[in-house]
Amino acid sequence: MHEFSIVTALLEMCEKNAKENNASKITKVEIKVGKLSGVEPHLLETAFNTFKEETICDGAEFVMQIQDIVVRCQSCQSEATLSKNEFTCPTCNGTELSIVDGEEMYLMHLEME
Amino acid sequence: MCKDCGCSITPSQWSAHAHEHSHDGHTHSHSHDHDDHTHHDHPHAHNHDHHEHKHHDEIHANPQLNDKKTIAVITKILDANDTQARHNRAHFEEHGVLAINLMSSPGSGKTTLLEATIDTKQIKLAVIEGDLETNQDADRIIAKGALAHQITTGQACHLDAFMVHEGLHHLPIDGLDVVFIENVGNLVCPASYDVGSHLNVVLLSVPEGDDKPAKYPVMFRSADLFLITKCDLLPYFDFSVEKAIREARKLNPKVDVIEIDSKSGKGIDQWISYLKMKKALR
Repeated sequence: MHEFSIVTALLEMCEKNAKENNASKITKVEIKVGKLSGVEPHLLETAFNTFKEETICDGAEFVMQIQDIVVRCQSCQSEATLSKNEFTCPTCNGTELSIVDGEEMYLMHLEME
Repeated sequence: MCKDCGCSITPSQWSAHAHEHSHDGHTHSHSHDHDDHTHHDHPHAHNHDHHEHKHHDEIHANPQLNDKKTIAVITKILDANDTQARHNRAHFEEHGVLAINLMSSPGSGKTTLLEATIDTKQIKLAVIEGDLETNQDADRIIAKGALAHQITTGQACHLDAFMVHEGLHHLPIDGLDVVFIENVGNLVCPASYDVGSHLNVVLLSVPEGDDKPAKYPVMFRSADLFLITKCDLLPYFDFSVEKAIREARKLNPKVDVIEIDSKSGKGIDQWISYLKMKKALR
């Protein structure tokens, strides 16, 4: 249940960006949640909607894009989306994989006014 | 500048926040200085003059937005934590100390492993302890003759880089081989936070079951070393070491594994060799 601390960090980031852009209100927050980022999207959404009140994000729409794990194989150079939590290359069975996406949480876009 | 300790690591060496960017036709730079180790205070040092700015803006753009606009941010949500984690790592490196983040569920033997490690007298170590309540773990380490600082997190289910930084300033770490960060017992939340360690060591005890790597993928993905603890209990449990390793390596093909029992001493030699080798490579 670390969604609260993630939402706290997210709200701070929203405040900072609003200030830099001279905005008085944020109306939409778009984030990307990697499937292996270790956070439960529904809990994150609940936490955001609870804690956004009386912040710059009060009333803001919350949009989450759930990101699959995408890897690049160092052996055959192919890129693949993993359907299971098995980190071998679906093309050549190589295990030298670099993670392209799906392990992190990103703040992507902010709509402000 | 890290004011608590007066450490000489300057923001330019560690902060991804010190950057310049431009928008609406003007440029400014800012830097962050996390003086107070909280998430809440990010003082900005703006290098521009606001009067000049206003004049500039009147010509080029209206800074008060009347219409909605969408900006692309594309920044990691835990960016502030990651920046602090890099600072912590720089701190450890400046002192020539290897930092290890120990993670597992509660009761899998993190503190007992540390006690057994101290007993070998082969590794000079200190411990930053994370628990929701009590100083019991730090007291156990101190009773064995090593240094420890307890962080009680209250209701927080994990340690983050800010808490570890704070703990770091309560420990004299010069001359040590290893600083262990004993995370809050939890197989979920600690995996999302870089605390500034060089290595993540994840423990799984035999009574917990061999199915845990597959059930807690983020944690076992994050491991550099996987310790199967309480191995002397293997005859009494349906725990397949082979299955646990196979599942962990599906997630994390390169993870190292040691089978260990802190009470009987099984695997402790391998563990000490691992620590010495990793320390030598730092």
